[in-house]
Amino acid sequence: MTTGSPSYCGHCGRPADAEDHAACAVRLAMEPPRFCTRCARRMKVQVTPRGWTAECVEHGVLTS
Amino acid sequence: MTDILERARTKVLDDGEGLSYDELVEVLQLPDDQIPELLQLAHDVRMKHCGPEVEVEGIISLKTGGCPEDCHFCSQSGQFTSPVRSVWLDIPQLVKAAEETAATGASEFCIVAAVRGPDERLMSQVRDGIKAIQAAVDINVACSLGMLTQQQVDDLREMGVHRYNHNLEAAKSYFPTVVTTHSFEERWETCEMVRESGMELCCGGLVGMGESLEQRAELAAQLAELGPHEVPLNFLNPRPGTPFGDLPIMDSADALRTIAAFRLAMPRTVLRYAGGRELTLGDLGTRDGLLGGINAVIVGNYLTTLGRDADEDLALLTELKMPIKELAKTL
Repeated sequence: MTTGSPSYCGHCGRPADAEDHAACAVRLAMEPPRFCTRCARRMKVQVTPRGWTAECVEHGVLTS
Repeated sequence: MTDILERARTKVLDDGEGLSYDELVEVLQLPDDQIPELLQLAHDVRMKHCGPEVEVEGIISLKTGGCPEDCHFCSQSGQFTSPVRSVWLDIPQLVKAAEETAATGASEFCIVAAVRGPDERLMSQVRDGIKAIQAAVDINVACSLGMLTQQQVDDLREMGVHRYNHNLEAAKSYFPTVVTTHSFEERWETCEMVRESGMELCCGGLVGMGESLEQRAELAAQLAELGPHEVPLNFLNPRPGTPFGDLPIMDSADALRTIAAFRLAMPRTVLRYAGGRELTLGDLGTRDGLLGGINAVIVGNYLTTLGRDADEDLALLTELKMPIKELAKTL
Protein backbone atom coordinates (compact mmCIF):
# COMPACT_ATOMS: atom_id res chain seq x y z
CA MET A 1 0.00 0.00 0.00
CA THR A 2 1.21 3.50 -0.79
CA THR A 3 2.20 5.29 2.39
CA GLY A 4 1.88 8.91 3.32
CA SER A 5 0.55 11.08 6.11
CA PRO A 6 -3.04 10.11 6.93
CA SER A 7 -5.68 12.49 5.68
CA TYR A 8 -8.60 10.52 7.09
CA CYS A 9 -9.31 8.44 10.16
CA GLY A 10 -9.09 4.70 9.50
CA HIS A 11 -11.88 4.03 11.99
CA CYS A 12 -14.57 6.58 11.16
CA GLY A 13 -13.43 7.85 7.75
CA ARG A 14 -13.71 11.52 8.68
CA PRO A 15 -10.89 14.04 8.07
CA ALA A 16 -7.97 13.34 10.37
CA ASP A 17 -7.34 16.94 11.37
CA ALA A 18 -10.92 18.14 11.64
CA GLU A 19 -11.73 16.64 15.02
CA ASP A 20 -10.36 14.62 17.92
CA HIS A 21 -9.94 10.95 17.01
CA ALA A 22 -8.67 9.72 20.38
CA ALA A 23 -11.66 7.40 20.78
CA CYS A 24 -11.11 6.11 17.25
CA ALA A 25 -7.47 5.36 18.10
CA VAL A 26 -8.61 3.26 21.07
CA ARG A 27 -10.99 1.38 18.80
CA LEU A 28 -8.28 0.77 16.21
CA ALA A 29 -6.34 -1.19 18.82
CA MET A 30 -9.21 -3.67 18.86
CA GLU A 31 -10.31 -3.73 15.25
CA PRO A 32 -8.86 -3.27 11.77
CA PRO A 33 -9.24 0.00 9.90
CA ARG A 34 -12.39 0.24 7.79
CA PHE A 35 -11.54 3.38 5.82
CA CYS A 36 -8.54 4.21 3.68
CA THR A 37 -6.56 6.92 5.45
CA ARG A 38 -5.63 8.48 2.11
CA CYS A 39 -9.01 8.72 0.37
CA ALA A 40 -11.64 7.68 3.00
CA ARG A 41 -12.99 4.92 0.76
CA ARG A 42 -14.47 2.00 2.65
CA MET A 43 -12.02 -0.88 2.41
CA LYS A 44 -12.62 -4.59 1.91
CA VAL A 45 -11.46 -6.08 5.20
CA GLN A 46 -10.81 -9.73 5.94
CA VAL A 47 -10.08 -10.71 9.52
CA THR A 48 -8.35 -14.05 10.12
CA PRO A 49 -7.57 -15.77 13.44
CA ARG A 50 -4.12 -14.20 13.61
CA GLY A 51 -4.28 -11.13 11.41
CA TRP A 52 -6.20 -9.01 8.92
CA THR A 53 -5.98 -7.42 5.50
CA ALA A 54 -7.69 -4.23 4.35
CA GLU A 55 -7.90 -3.38 0.66
CA CYS A 56 -8.56 0.04 -0.83
CA VAL A 57 -9.50 -0.17 -4.50
CA GLU A 58 -7.32 2.89 -5.18
CA HIS A 59 -4.43 2.59 -2.70
CA GLY A 60 -3.85 -1.14 -2.34
CA VAL A 61 -3.69 -3.62 0.50
CA LEU A 62 -2.78 -2.96 4.11
CA THR A 63 -1.78 -5.97 6.22
CA SER A 64 -1.59 -6.38 9.99
CA MET B 1 -23.15 -17.66 52.41
CA THR B 2 -26.50 -16.57 51.03
CA ASP B 3 -29.38 -18.91 50.60
CA ILE B 4 -29.12 -19.09 46.80
CA LEU B 5 -25.44 -20.00 46.92
CA GLU B 6 -26.11 -22.71 49.47
CA ARG B 7 -28.89 -24.13 47.33
CA ALA B 8 -26.75 -23.91 44.21
CA ARG B 9 -23.94 -25.78 45.93
CA THR B 10 -26.25 -28.67 46.73
CA LYS B 11 -28.26 -28.69 43.53
CA VAL B 12 -25.58 -27.96 40.92
CA LEU B 13 -22.27 -28.95 42.46
CA ASP B 14 -23.41 -32.01 44.40
CA ASP B 15 -26.31 -33.22 42.27
CA GLY B 16 -25.28 -31.93 38.83
CA GLU B 17 -28.65 -30.32 38.16
CA GLY B 18 -28.91 -26.84 36.61
CA LEU B 19 -30.58 -23.94 38.39
CA SER B 20 -34.11 -22.92 37.42
CA TYR B 21 -35.10 -19.56 35.95
CA ASP B 22 -36.15 -18.19 39.36
CA GLU B 23 -32.89 -19.32 40.93
CA LEU B 24 -30.87 -17.76 38.10
CA VAL B 25 -32.61 -14.43 38.69
CA GLU B 26 -31.49 -14.64 42.32
CA VAL B 27 -27.91 -15.34 41.22
CA LEU B 28 -27.92 -12.36 38.88
CA GLN B 29 -29.13 -10.14 41.75
CA LEU B 30 -26.30 -11.08 44.12
CA PRO B 31 -24.41 -8.03 45.45
CA ASP B 32 -20.92 -7.23 44.19
CA ASP B 33 -19.25 -8.39 47.42
CA GLN B 34 -20.51 -11.93 46.81
CA ILE B 35 -19.17 -12.19 43.27
CA PRO B 36 -15.90 -13.90 44.35
CA GLU B 37 -17.88 -16.57 46.20
CA LEU B 38 -20.21 -16.99 43.22
CA LEU B 39 -17.32 -17.34 40.77
CA GLN B 40 -15.61 -19.87 43.02
CA LEU B 41 -18.77 -21.97 43.10
CA ALA B 42 -19.13 -21.77 39.31
CA HIS B 43 -15.48 -22.79 38.98
CA ASP B 44 -15.98 -25.73 41.34
CA VAL B 45 -18.99 -26.84 39.28
CA ARG B 46 -17.00 -26.63 36.06
CA MET B 47 -14.06 -28.56 37.53
CA LYS B 48 -16.28 -31.29 38.96
CA HIS B 49 -18.58 -31.77 35.98
CA CYS B 50 -16.31 -30.83 33.04
CA GLY B 51 -12.76 -31.14 34.34
CA PRO B 52 -9.78 -28.80 34.01
CA GLU B 53 -9.40 -28.98 30.23
CA VAL B 54 -10.17 -25.98 28.06
CA GLU B 55 -11.48 -26.31 24.52
CA VAL B 56 -9.79 -23.92 22.13
CA GLU B 57 -11.36 -22.77 18.86
CA GLY B 58 -10.60 -20.40 16.03
CA ILE B 59 -13.24 -18.77 13.84
CA ILE B 60 -13.19 -17.34 10.35
CA SER B 61 -15.63 -15.38 8.26
CA LEU B 62 -16.07 -17.09 4.90
CA LYS B 63 -18.59 -14.53 3.71
CA THR B 64 -18.52 -11.16 5.43
CA GLY B 65 -21.17 -8.43 5.33
CA GLY B 66 -24.21 -7.92 3.15
CA CYS B 67 -26.51 -10.03 5.32
CA PRO B 68 -30.23 -9.49 4.66
CA GLU B 69 -31.15 -9.95 8.31
CA ASP B 70 -31.38 -7.09 10.81
CA CYS B 71 -29.79 -8.46 14.00
CA HIS B 72 -29.38 -5.11 15.74
CA PHE B 73 -25.99 -5.91 17.27
CA CYS B 74 -24.36 -7.00 14.01
CA SER B 75 -22.11 -4.89 11.80
CA GLN B 76 -22.58 -7.35 8.94
CA SER B 77 -26.23 -6.57 8.28
CA GLY B 78 -26.79 -4.98 4.89
CA GLN B 79 -29.65 -2.99 6.39
CA PHE B 80 -27.48 -0.67 8.47
CA THR B 81 -24.90 2.00 7.62
CA SER B 82 -22.06 -0.08 9.02
CA PRO B 83 -18.62 0.41 7.39
CA VAL B 84 -18.23 -3.38 6.94
CA ARG B 85 -18.09 -4.24 3.23
CA SER B 86 -19.04 -7.55 1.68
CA VAL B 87 -16.08 -9.91 1.21
CA TRP B 88 -15.67 -13.59 0.31
CA LEU B 89 -12.72 -15.63 1.46
CA ASP B 90 -11.12 -18.01 -1.04
CA ILE B 91 -10.27 -21.62 -0.24
CA PRO B 92 -6.47 -21.24 0.04
CA GLN B 93 -7.00 -18.47 2.61
CA LEU B 94 -9.54 -20.63 4.42
CA VAL B 95 -7.07 -23.50 4.67
CA LYS B 96 -4.33 -21.11 5.84
CA ALA B 97 -6.61 -19.85 8.62
CA ALA B 98 -7.35 -23.44 9.66
CA GLU B 99 -3.63 -24.18 9.75
CA GLU B 100 -2.97 -21.10 11.89
CA THR B 101 -5.74 -22.14 14.23
CA ALA B 102 -4.47 -25.72 14.54
CA ALA B 103 -0.99 -24.40 15.32
CA THR B 104 -2.35 -22.89 18.55
CA GLY B 105 -3.41 -26.36 19.72
CA ALA B 106 -7.05 -25.66 18.95
CA SER B 107 -9.35 -28.61 18.29
CA GLU B 108 -12.13 -26.63 16.60
CA PHE B 109 -12.23 -24.39 13.55
CA CYS B 110 -15.54 -22.71 12.77
CA ILE B 111 -16.45 -21.42 9.31
CA VAL B 112 -18.97 -18.58 9.55
CA ALA B 113 -21.05 -16.84 6.88
CA ALA B 114 -23.21 -13.75 7.30
CA VAL B 115 -26.38 -15.03 5.68
CA ARG B 116 -30.00 -15.80 6.54
CA GLY B 117 -29.31 -19.35 5.45
CA PRO B 118 -26.97 -20.96 2.93
CA ASP B 119 -27.77 -20.99 -0.79
CA GLU B 120 -26.33 -23.48 -3.28
CA ARG B 121 -23.26 -21.35 -3.96
CA LEU B 122 -22.40 -21.13 -0.27
CA MET B 123 -23.02 -24.83 0.34
CA SER B 124 -20.74 -25.62 -2.59
CA GLN B 125 -18.03 -23.31 -1.25
CA VAL B 126 -18.34 -24.87 2.20
CA ARG B 127 -18.13 -28.39 0.73
CA ASP B 128 -14.96 -27.53 -1.17
CA GLY B 129 -13.50 -25.70 1.80
CA ILE B 130 -14.08 -28.57 4.22
CA LYS B 131 -12.51 -31.04 1.78
CA ALA B 132 -9.44 -28.83 1.45
CA ILE B 133 -9.14 -28.34 5.21
CA GLN B 134 -9.55 -32.04 5.94
CA ALA B 135 -6.80 -32.83 3.44
CA ALA B 136 -4.38 -30.38 5.02
CA VAL B 137 -5.16 -29.94 8.72
CA ASP B 138 -6.01 -32.20 11.64
CA ILE B 139 -8.84 -30.20 13.22
CA ASN B 140 -12.59 -30.49 13.77
CA VAL B 141 -14.58 -28.32 11.38
CA ALA B 142 -17.64 -26.48 12.63
CA CYS B 143 -19.97 -24.25 10.63
CA SER B 144 -22.26 -21.32 11.28
CA LEU B 145 -24.30 -20.58 8.18
CA GLY B 146 -27.63 -19.35 9.52
CA MET B 147 -30.96 -21.13 9.37
CA LEU B 148 -31.01 -24.53 7.69
CA THR B 149 -33.43 -26.85 5.95
CA GLN B 150 -33.43 -30.52 6.92
CA GLN B 151 -31.67 -31.30 3.63
CA GLN B 152 -28.91 -28.83 4.44
CA VAL B 153 -28.52 -30.30 7.92
CA ASP B 154 -28.10 -33.73 6.34
CA ASP B 155 -25.66 -32.39 3.73
CA LEU B 156 -23.48 -30.67 6.33
CA ARG B 157 -23.36 -33.80 8.43
CA GLU B 158 -22.39 -35.77 5.31
CA MET B 159 -19.56 -33.29 4.66
CA GLY B 160 -18.11 -34.13 8.06
CA VAL B 161 -19.17 -31.02 9.96
CA HIS B 162 -18.51 -31.81 13.59
CA ARG B 163 -20.51 -29.04 15.22
CA TYR B 164 -23.02 -26.45 14.00
CA ASN B 165 -23.40 -23.03 15.56
CA HIS B 166 -26.71 -21.24 15.60
CA ASN B 167 -27.27 -18.89 18.52
CA LEU B 168 -30.59 -18.03 20.11
CA GLU B 169 -28.95 -14.57 20.48
CA ALA B 170 -31.45 -13.33 23.10
CA ALA B 171 -34.21 -14.54 25.40
CA LYS B 172 -37.48 -15.26 23.66
CA SER B 173 -39.16 -12.28 25.36
CA TYR B 174 -36.41 -9.89 24.18
CA PHE B 175 -35.79 -11.38 20.74
CA PRO B 176 -38.21 -9.08 18.83
CA THR B 177 -36.24 -6.08 20.13
CA VAL B 178 -33.06 -7.56 18.67
CA VAL B 179 -34.21 -9.11 15.38
CA THR B 180 -37.32 -8.46 13.29
CA THR B 181 -36.51 -10.32 10.06
CA HIS B 182 -36.90 -13.80 11.53
CA SER B 183 -38.30 -15.29 14.69
CA PHE B 184 -36.97 -16.94 17.81
CA GLU B 185 -38.95 -20.03 16.82
CA GLU B 186 -37.18 -20.26 13.45
CA ARG B 187 -33.84 -20.27 15.24
CA TRP B 188 -35.02 -22.86 17.71
CA GLU B 189 -36.20 -25.09 14.86
CA THR B 190 -32.77 -25.10 13.19
CA CYS B 191 -31.14 -25.88 16.54
CA GLU B 192 -33.42 -28.84 17.10
CA MET B 193 -32.75 -30.22 13.60
CA VAL B 194 -29.00 -29.95 14.17
CA ARG B 195 -29.15 -31.63 17.55
CA GLU B 196 -31.28 -34.48 16.24
CA SER B 197 -28.96 -35.01 13.26
CA GLY B 198 -26.07 -36.18 15.43
CA MET B 199 -23.93 -33.09 14.82
CA GLU B 200 -23.00 -31.31 18.01
CA LEU B 201 -25.07 -28.20 18.59
CA CYS B 202 -23.34 -24.96 19.51
CA CYS B 203 -25.90 -22.41 20.64
CA GLY B 204 -25.47 -19.33 22.79
CA GLY B 205 -26.20 -15.65 22.68
CA LEU B 206 -25.23 -12.13 23.58
CA VAL B 207 -25.71 -10.19 26.76
CA GLY B 208 -25.44 -6.47 27.35
CA MET B 209 -27.96 -5.57 24.65
CA GLY B 210 -30.30 -3.70 26.98
CA GLU B 211 -32.06 -6.80 28.27
CA SER B 212 -33.20 -7.03 31.89
CA LEU B 213 -31.61 -9.35 34.46
CA GLU B 214 -34.73 -11.46 34.21
CA GLN B 215 -34.26 -11.76 30.45
CA ARG B 216 -30.64 -12.77 30.97
CA ALA B 217 -31.84 -15.54 33.29
CA GLU B 218 -34.50 -16.43 30.73
CA LEU B 219 -31.88 -16.86 28.00
CA ALA B 220 -29.80 -19.13 30.24
CA ALA B 221 -32.88 -21.20 31.13
CA GLN B 222 -33.95 -21.48 27.49
CA LEU B 223 -30.48 -22.59 26.46
CA ALA B 224 -30.51 -25.17 29.24
CA GLU B 225 -33.85 -26.44 27.94
CA LEU B 226 -32.41 -26.75 24.43
CA GLY B 227 -29.37 -28.59 25.77
CA PRO B 228 -26.55 -27.63 23.38
CA HIS B 229 -23.15 -29.27 23.57
CA GLU B 230 -21.54 -25.83 23.58
CA VAL B 231 -22.73 -22.38 24.63
CA PRO B 232 -20.75 -19.40 23.32
CA LEU B 233 -21.29 -16.36 25.53
CA ASN B 234 -20.84 -13.01 23.80
CA PHE B 235 -20.86 -9.55 25.34
CA LEU B 236 -22.14 -6.72 23.17
CA ASN B 237 -19.42 -4.78 21.42
CA PRO B 238 -21.46 -1.78 20.20
CA ARG B 239 -20.72 -1.50 16.49
CA PRO B 240 -20.87 1.82 14.65
CA GLY B 241 -23.88 2.20 12.40
CA THR B 242 -25.97 -0.54 14.04
CA PRO B 243 -29.12 0.13 16.09
CA PHE B 244 -27.22 -0.98 19.21
CA GLY B 245 -24.15 1.09 18.30
CA ASP B 246 -24.74 3.64 21.06
CA LEU B 247 -25.50 1.22 23.89
CA PRO B 248 -23.09 1.37 26.82
CA ILE B 249 -20.55 -1.39 27.34
CA MET B 250 -21.87 -3.93 29.81
CA ASP B 251 -20.89 -3.51 33.44
CA SER B 252 -18.04 -5.91 34.24
CA ALA B 253 -19.59 -7.12 37.51
CA ASP B 254 -22.80 -7.96 35.64
CA ALA B 255 -20.74 -9.80 33.03
CA LEU B 256 -19.06 -11.95 35.71
CA ARG B 257 -22.39 -12.70 37.37
CA THR B 258 -23.72 -13.75 33.97
CA ILE B 259 -20.82 -16.13 33.31
CA ALA B 260 -21.36 -17.82 36.67
CA ALA B 261 -25.13 -17.95 36.17
CA PHE B 262 -24.73 -19.65 32.78
CA ARG B 263 -22.43 -22.25 34.35
CA LEU B 264 -24.91 -22.84 37.18
CA ALA B 265 -27.70 -23.25 34.60
CA MET B 266 -25.69 -25.73 32.52
CA PRO B 267 -23.16 -27.56 34.70
CA ARG B 268 -21.88 -29.91 31.97
CA THR B 269 -21.88 -27.77 28.84
CA VAL B 270 -18.85 -26.39 27.04
CA LEU B 271 -19.17 -22.71 28.05
CA ARG B 272 -17.12 -20.62 25.67
CA TYR B 273 -15.83 -17.10 26.06
CA ALA B 274 -16.71 -15.47 22.75
CA GLY B 275 -16.85 -11.93 21.38
CA GLY B 276 -16.68 -8.78 23.46
CA ARG B 277 -14.83 -10.14 26.49
CA GLU B 278 -11.83 -7.88 25.92
CA LEU B 279 -13.98 -4.74 25.79
CA THR B 280 -16.28 -5.70 28.67
CA LEU B 281 -13.82 -7.28 31.07
CA GLY B 282 -10.37 -6.18 29.95
CA ASP B 283 -7.28 -8.36 30.24
CA LEU B 284 -8.13 -9.51 33.76
CA GLY B 285 -11.52 -10.70 32.60
CA THR B 286 -10.08 -13.67 30.77
CA ARG B 287 -8.57 -14.96 34.00
CA ASP B 288 -11.71 -14.20 36.04
CA GLY B 289 -13.89 -16.03 33.53
CA LEU B 290 -11.65 -19.08 33.35
CA LEU B 291 -11.79 -19.21 37.15
CA GLY B 292 -15.55 -18.58 37.15
CA GLY B 293 -17.13 -21.27 35.00
CA ILE B 294 -15.70 -20.78 31.49
CA ASN B 295 -14.04 -23.88 29.97
CA ALA B 296 -13.58 -22.88 26.33
CA VAL B 297 -12.18 -19.89 24.47
CA ILE B 298 -12.06 -18.46 20.99
CA VAL B 299 -8.40 -17.72 20.39
CA GLY B 300 -7.19 -14.89 18.24
CA ASN B 301 -9.50 -12.65 16.28
CA TYR B 302 -13.24 -12.67 15.82
CA LEU B 303 -15.17 -12.22 12.57
CA THR B 304 -14.77 -8.46 12.12
CA THR B 305 -12.95 -7.37 15.28
CA LEU B 306 -9.67 -8.32 16.92
CA GLY B 307 -9.30 -10.50 19.98
CA ARG B 308 -6.57 -10.88 22.54
CA ASP B 309 -3.28 -12.19 21.25
CA ALA B 310 -3.64 -15.98 21.03
CA ASP B 311 -0.25 -16.46 22.69
CA GLU B 312 -1.40 -14.51 25.74
CA ASP B 313 -4.46 -16.72 26.16
CA LEU B 314 -2.40 -19.88 25.74
CA ALA B 315 0.17 -18.65 28.27
CA LEU B 316 -2.64 -17.95 30.72
CA LEU B 317 -3.96 -21.50 30.33
CA THR B 318 -0.50 -22.82 31.13
CA GLU B 319 -0.23 -20.57 34.18
CA LEU B 320 -3.66 -21.70 35.43
CA LYS B 321 -2.70 -25.35 34.82
CA MET B 322 -5.64 -25.81 32.50
CA PRO B 323 -4.61 -28.12 29.65
CA ILE B 324 -5.96 -27.57 26.16
CA LYS B 325 -8.46 -30.26 25.26
CA GLU B 326 -6.82 -32.51 22.72
CA LEU B 327 -8.44 -33.19 19.37
CA ALA B 328 -8.79 -36.91 20.08
CA LYS B 329 -10.87 -36.20 23.18
CA THR B 330 -13.37 -34.12 21.26
CA LEU B 331 -14.24 -36.82 18.76
